[in-house]
Amino acid sequence: MSSLDRKTLRDLWHMKGQALAIAMVIGCGIALFVLSRSLLYSLTLTQTTYYQRHHFADIFASLVRAPDSLGERIAEIPGVERLETRIVVSVNLTVEGLPEPAMGRVVSLPDTRKPALNQLFLRQGRWLRPRRDDEVLVSEAFTLANNLQVGDSLLAVINGRQKRLHIVGIALSPEYIYEIKPGDILPDNRHFGVLWMNQEALSIAYNLEGAFNDVAISLLRGASSTEVIQRLDELIKPYGGLGSYARKDQSSHMFVDNEIEQNRQMGLIMPSVFLGVAAFLLNVVLSRIINLQREQIAALKAFGYSRWEVGGHYMKLVLLIVACGLSFGIPCGAWFGQVVTEMYAKLFHFPTFTYRLTYDVVLIAALISIAAAALGALGAIMRAVTLPPAEAMRPEPPTSYGPTVLERLRLGHFVPPVVSMILRQLERHPIKTSLSVLAISLAAAIIVVGNFMEDSVDYIIDAQFRLVQRYDMSIVTADLRSDRAIYEVASMPGVMYCEPTRAVSTRMRAGPRHRRVGIQGVQADSKLYGLMDIDGNTISLPPDGLLVSRKLADILEVEVGETIQVEVLEGKRPTIQVKIAGTLQDFTGLSAYMNLEALGRMMRESPVVNGVHMMVDPLMQDELYGELRTVPWVSGVTVKQHAIDSFETTVGENMMLMKRINLLFACVIAVGVVYNSARISLSERSRELATLRVIGFTKGEISAILLGELAIITLLAIPLGLWFGYLLAGMLVSVLDLEMFRFPLVVERTTFGMAAAIVMLSSLVSGLIVRRRLDQLDLIAVLKSRE
Amino acid sequence: MSSTRSTQLESVFAARKITKVYHMGEVDVHALRGVDLDLYRGEFVVLLGPSGSGKSTLLNILGGLDTPTAGSVHYLDNELTNFDDAELTRYRRDHVGFVFQFYNLIPSLTARENVALITEIASNPMSPSDALAMVDLGDREDHFPAQLSGGEQQRVAIARAVAKQPDVLLCDEPTGALDVETGVLVLDAIQKINRNLGTTTAVITHNAVIAEMADRVIHLSGGEITSVDKNSQVCEASELTW
Repeated sequence: MSSLDRKTLRDLWHMKGQALAIAMVIGCGIALFVLSRSLLYSLTLTQTTYYQRHHFADIFASLVRAPDSLGERIAEIPGVERLETRIVVSVNLTVEGLPEPAMGRVVSLPDTRKPALNQLFLRQGRWLRPRRDDEVLVSEAFTLANNLQVGDSLLAVINGRQKRLHIVGIALSPEYIYEIKPGDILPDNRHFGVLWMNQEALSIAYNLEGAFNDVAISLLRGASSTEVIQRLDELIKPYGGLGSYARKDQSSHMFVDNEIEQNRQMGLIMPSVFLGVAAFLLNVVLSRIINLQREQIAALKAFGYSRWEVGGHYMKLVLLIVACGLSFGIPCGAWFGQVVTEMYAKLFHFPTFTYRLTYDVVLIAALISIAAAALGALGAIMRAVTLPPAEAMRPEPPTSYGPTVLERLRLGHFVPPVVSMILRQLERHPIKTSLSVLAISLAAAIIVVGNFMEDSVDYIIDAQFRLVQRYDMSIVTADLRSDRAIYEVASMPGVMYCEPTRAVSTRMRAGPRHRRVGIQGVQADSKLYGLMDIDGNTISLPPDGLLVSRKLADILEVEVGETIQVEVLEGKRPTIQVKIAGTLQDFTGLSAYMNLEALGRMMRESPVVNGVHMMVDPLMQDELYGELRTVPWVSGVTVKQHAIDSFETTVGENMMLMKRINLLFACVIAVGVVYNSARISLSERSRELATLRVIGFTKGEISAILLGELAIITLLAIPLGLWFGYLLAGMLVSVLDLEMFRFPLVVERTTFGMAAAIVMLSSLVSGLIVRRRLDQLDLIAVLKSRE
Repeated sequence: MSSTRSTQLESVFAARKITKVYHMGEVDVHALRGVDLDLYRGEFVVLLGPSGSGKSTLLNILGGLDTPTAGSVHYLDNELTNFDDAELTRYRRDHVGFVFQFYNLIPSLTARENVALITEIASNPMSPSDALAMVDLGDREDHFPAQLSGGEQQRVAIARAVAKQPDVLLCDEPTGALDVETGVLVLDAIQKINRNLGTTTAVITHNAVIAEMADRVIHLSGGEITSVDKNSQVCEASELTW
């Protein structure tokens, strides 16, 4: 090893505390980067492979009933590669050990061949035997949640008749990677499952012999999905077509994609913040070192080391710190990757989900951290490179001091000399002071960002389950029913109050922009459904026009007061211009609400309902479940508490994990920044402080000078950091403003409080470490050294 | 070894009309005002003058650490004033040894490593141990600068400067930070190098006593050479006292 390299290592050892702090910050950034990039890769790869091997369809459509011959006409649409017509129905299920009814989505499988599209992966058991009408394959998520095995059976209400279905196999489908009830946002695998049954049996049960009510299509390479969708819509329209949609609007796919997108965004923002802070710290620390080593640099140059050798020497120091950060960050990221993969395996149902950390992720992580560190260090290193050797021989000229603002205001004599020294120090180095304040404030900001997601989700849960969904239970009907159904429900045991709802499938258009959105018809003065405006205030439903998600208005680029075209995809299928009466604050999917009566007028139909919201006496819940099971027209029951529970066990758990990871990292930054600031302050001022000790100042007094400075910097940094955190959270909220999920910008006081407390605590700990060093200050040695 | 030596007349350095102006804010400081100077192979020259007389500036220019504002400096057949940064670096690496007033040792390297720092990049170095032995520090090779006295540190600096077997040894106030006794030891080491290795040596000082050990004494004042004295009798460093 060359002597210069030995110097690098010894310098590094000498500044080990600071180097470690910086390496940890780099490591955290890299861990987050590796985590999100490797997950992104693993998730995308798993998704793509699964889709390809199991022929996941490109276009989907539901309709009421069409003869099989329509299938042939659909196959003739240019661009269609494969096609599978099938029957998809919703049924009420009774599962042993589950008091409340569950909802099943039954999908038909061709009796004698493999389906052309959306092929299943059989996890356990066997395939269905042809012509059997009592065998089903059940989705893995549902069997796991309900502890069902191959050989168990379920009771299903099929077209009004109870039927026992035997589970012969457990399967997975690319259509249900994220298995949720239509219209829900969070999976409730105990109460919702997918079942596959022989087509013949299902068609007989539902009087759909020689007919189908659902179609999936794959496209030829290069075919335009918009054109195929348009043609398909025309073909299925006479058969009660509910509007076809592309893969990107398929709900399971959307959730997986949403997760991929969130990973992509998180993989950009958080690592950038960490690496930015690391770059800044490197700049500060290296500038300091290079200032301290001016004369060493001069000597090296005088003896014939070239400017680039000198620059390279300091760059090596930086690279060693980066290497240290990488050696901690990459395994840490990979480990977190494993943990999050396990979490994903619970949320997403893939045949196999292997976490893979690829070399290119590691390489890119290394490159960006080197680039960030080099960028941060560049300024300082260039000073070393360009420092003329003759000039470097001379010590730096002393800083010019003058009266502070206080003194200029003639308030100087009210301030004790120690305070005056602190203030002068801070004021004379405005750039250094502001950079320290900035760095510490970033630590506070990161804590705010790391924690606010929980506030945001808490707010969503509170808003969704307390303010919006005020009901306890809701049911959907198998088909449209007269509004007299409400009286039937009202008279069921335990129902204290109920309100009708009507959901209508539509496609909304504004210019070239369109989305498939269901309009939810809600009673005018609904007590069970609250709607919130953008500011979170409860608003009442206007007598006319639509209330739509703010995101939907954004997507369609319409303002309140403008009209959009609504193509109804059921009943008489009217196409109408409807005014946007207002926008709503909601956090998942896209929704539209309308006064129930206005909706009826729009649909040109007599009062009908297809859902009921209920307040239920908790003591009579089981009795109500029993009753609901026997009602043939009830195709699904949703219990609000289940949604909350399911949230808490899956998403809540995941959020907590991510929060802990973030919080840990934020603390690393806080300590890293504060400790570095304190150490640099100490190294810059040890001579001055030693002089003060020699002339009779006590340890306490000199500590007060140094720590007072740190305290003032910390106190200035905290409010700034909280504000930065709020801005950063706002930025995160705006990049995560996706169609599937949106987060409100809610930062609770506790989050701000925690951020402030952690920074203060880090400051205190760093202060104590520095104070210990101050106590050990070797007065003679410090004064003898030239600097 | 005789105490008087005939000056060989091969010129190592030839500086002509060199001036150096520093711009310090609004004022221009003339550090050198048209200096002509020759240094000859193997000679021991002392540049004597008060603080601010321009002697450090002159030494820095000869050593390729600084460039003059005007004038020319020749080192053998090369015009230093035409050298770019890379060439000056090469020149310092191959030909010049420096000793500074404050030693400028690398505190994180041991005595041997400080010397090795230079021998590793030199084309014809002696071993670091030999260099340290020359300044009587063979037994302190593994000490860090902080574990050495000022005089010892300066001797490490000398070992470091001569380990590359430079053609010229330039010393800037080498005893400035030392007491008499240690100063004499350091000067003795420099004198030995000059004699044993034949290294052309220039020592800057404001201490007139040191001039007694030089072949020639160049007096500087106000950025100009005021006089050049040839010592008929060269003193041994060990005989000096101040």
